[in-house]
Amino acid sequence: MTASHDQRPPESAYLNCIRCGLCLAVCPIYREYLTETASPRGRVALARKGLEGELVLSPNLFEQMYACFDCLACNEICPVGIRPADLALALRATQEAMHPARWKRPLFRGLIPHPGRLELATLPLRLYERLGLRRLAYALGLRRLLPARLRDLEAMLPCLPQRPLRQHIPEVVTPAALGFAGPDPTADEHAARENPAAGRRVGFFLGCAQNVLFAEESAAAVRVLARNGCTVITPAAVRCCGMPARGYGDVAAARDQARFNIALFEQAAVEVVVTDCATCGSTLREYGELLRDDPAWAARAAAFSRKVRDVSEFLVSLPLRKPTGRLDGRVTYHDPCHLRRGQGVWREPRHLLQLIDGLEFVELPEADWCCGSAGSQLITHYETSLRVLARKMENVAVTGAQIIASGCPGCQMQLNVGVRRHGLAIQVTHPIVLLDRAYEGS
Amino acid sequence: MIAHSIIQQLHAILGPGGVLTAPEDLAVYAYDGTFMDRRPDVVVLPTTTEQVSQVVALATAERLPVIARGMGSGLAAGSVPCDGGLALVTTRLNRILEIDVGNSAVHVQAGVVTADLQAAVEKIGLFYPPDPSSIRHSTIGGNIACNAGGPRCLKYGVTGDYVLGLTVVLADGRILRTGGKPIKDVVGYDLTALFTGSEGTLGVICEALLRLIPRPRFIRTALAEFPSLDDASRTVNAILTAGIVPVALELMDETAIACIEEAMHLGLPLDVEALLILETDGNHEAAVIDEIETAARICGETGARRVQVARSEAERTALWRARRSVSPALARKAPNKLGEDITVPRTAIPEAIRRIKAVSARYGLPVVIFGHAGDGNLHPNILFDRRDPAQWAAVEQMVEAIFAISLALGGTLSGEHGVGALKRPYMEKALGPLSIEIQRRIKQALDPLGIMNPGKVFPQ
Repeated sequence: MTASHDQRPPESAYLNCIRCGLCLAVCPIYREYLTETASPRGRVALARKGLEGELVLSPNLFEQMYACFDCLACNEICPVGIRPADLALALRATQEAMHPARWKRPLFRGLIPHPGRLELATLPLRLYERLGLRRLAYALGLRRLLPARLRDLEAMLPCLPQRPLRQHIPEVVTPAALGFAGPDPTADEHAARENPAAGRRVGFFLGCAQNVLFAEESAAAVRVLARNGCTVITPAAVRCCGMPARGYGDVAAARDQARFNIALFEQAAVEVVVTDCATCGSTLREYGELLRDDPAWAARAAAFSRKVRDVSEFLVSLPLRKPTGRLDGRVTYHDPCHLRRGQGVWREPRHLLQLIDGLEFVELPEADWCCGSAGSQLITHYETSLRVLARKMENVAVTGAQIIASGCPGCQMQLNVGVRRHGLAIQVTHPIVLLDRAYEGS
Repeated sequence: MIAHSIIQQLHAILGPGGVLTAPEDLAVYAYDGTFMDRRPDVVVLPTTTEQVSQVVALATAERLPVIARGMGSGLAAGSVPCDGGLALVTTRLNRILEIDVGNSAVHVQAGVVTADLQAAVEKIGLFYPPDPSSIRHSTIGGNIACNAGGPRCLKYGVTGDYVLGLTVVLADGRILRTGGKPIKDVVGYDLTALFTGSEGTLGVICEALLRLIPRPRFIRTALAEFPSLDDASRTVNAILTAGIVPVALELMDETAIACIEEAMHLGLPLDVEALLILETDGNHEAAVIDEIETAARICGETGARRVQVARSEAERTALWRARRSVSPALARKAPNKLGEDITVPRTAIPEAIRRIKAVSARYGLPVVIFGHAGDGNLHPNILFDRRDPAQWAAVEQMVEAIFAISLALGGTLSGEHGVGALKRPYMEKALGPLSIEIQRRIKQALDPLGIMNPGKVFPQ
């Protein structure tokens, strides 16, 4: 993309929108507010009118682009092929090019791309958990003293790890190192011939949130991969996938991070790049598109994107060992937007959950409806985020599940808030954790 | 510009969040599902009939046009504020007030999404049949104001056939209630029917009492592939004269098929001139199957190369989702499209299609044909680029030619979209001066100041 493209999305991004309104039916934001301004069609119209000069590209116009939760439901339903969610992101970049916001540079270039700094910045959170302050706060009911908004933010936090995973996971994990044998002799022979897992070199993309907040989940993901015969390479130098920067219109920063990560995984010489974060996965798959107009990187980026797999998707493609341990309870699954619509992965995590003996899987009504997380919307669009979440929690409650699984750290944090706000006794986790437990229980 | 004092009064009536005046808000309430674009001066989002009443009373006092709008999916620019004014948006009037199982009736506010209404009544075994393609992105109030149709009208009739009564805010702000739960009611003029299809020109529909029927237990859907469009259109009559009443008999031509296949990848054949979608339903499975098989056999006799019955509910749903997306999917081919809605006596369908294709050839712009062939309701869609003045001039002439074809064959301008702003120049030709004069008098009696949706329906 040229610089002018960065500033203005091409006409083709909106020209053929005939304003039929189909996208209104599926937009979680429209369905809460019921105003055209809060709809995908409205955002496309605003973008067009702004870019064509009928409207001023005002702060309020750009604010509407930030009201989009990027759940991609409008992209999926549009029969014309307009991608309203993508257009909203593109307009954020237009705004950034026109009026760069001062606070963004230190955040998206100074902090987020540097894992060490990010780990340091989140240290107080881990101490809060690990020094027992959190347990104390709960036991003494101190949380109730917090304003509601802060209490919700506190509730987002999972049970925090002692240390970021990056600081202690070996860069190379072989099945033997974890005491697992090679490929499973009990696995289906035909499947084994078709798709031999033995000795596969798998790159593991450790996302920022997984690293500092959900380290146990990624540790479980690496264990499950190794147990199924993979040698797992987790480059410690990995940087943020770039989604936060892209989400806030800093496309240049996102591209820098993409180039860095591509080169890093090229060095690792892996067949596939696996991640357990829905948002990272969808962003990594878009590197090809992101660097399409960079002659030095276009082909490398496209090749990288083709290698990206969600952990559930990759596992299902292997001759998987059947977990012999047992977990009792009823589980349901929430589809992260960037996994289901962003990557077309939704059967696979369900399949993994159904492999586990004792676990009763129940489908969640409107499982692929956004939970309202969208990365940072609970912070930036608090009221909207909670309204979208309320719809999700009503659906969760009718399942009667004791566990809700979801392959995205953002969704899990949001669901944690939902569970606490709605007083439900439900554990929120990643499907890979349940699978790992079923293996460990063997 | 609207006076600040009026905005303040609107705020007092509607409370926080109920009045929108930002340029960005006005710009997105300037359109519906057409290319028309005129901004309102203010947007209001009432939640009760009483609020609507107060808003309209204020509008009358201030001589401000009132344009009722639901989700803005209309295809005749009926909710576009041609002369500015107050866009009265019904989307937050979205409560289902009562489902009366004993009397098979439902009482709803006007802004309930039609698909949500259907889902709510189907949960308890009841059925609201009208199914415009915009079913998930249009409101019941909008459906009533345009007397919307849909594929199932062939067997079950249009929206108006299910309206038992209405709550309407009149032009002076008074609240009129018409009809009621009794099925039979001949006391006085049928005002419910008068407001149904009035396109917001006589009053604002705020609530509706709708008739429901038991939900049919079995459905079968089939897809017939026709190498010849002419054969497909003749098949419609062959089926309907064979003693079967299908739920739906939908036609789509090759361009429609290509667009929908490109959008949805269903594996539809790209080497045929037309597809027919047939559906039968009922409470006796054997009868439903027998009817779909009979229809399929007739298709085979009249030129279908293949007829396939949907094997699962998922396949059936996908087929209907595809059918409902046909109209917007055409925009893959051009930046603009104008979808017409002519209805002809069903024996005239093959001739109407032949003549429309000739118009397309004469003016050099593609006309895609699909629609509810079973009830003679066709949607010829002209594809064009409005930025090209030559194309736009051709479109205007083509519209006139298509309407002339319909009228010459004993048909009419619109089966289910309504007149709105786009078809008003052709009203007099379709109805004649006497009918127009009577309708003007009705309008005058109910809206003497002419503030209810001005610039619509009536010729200038």
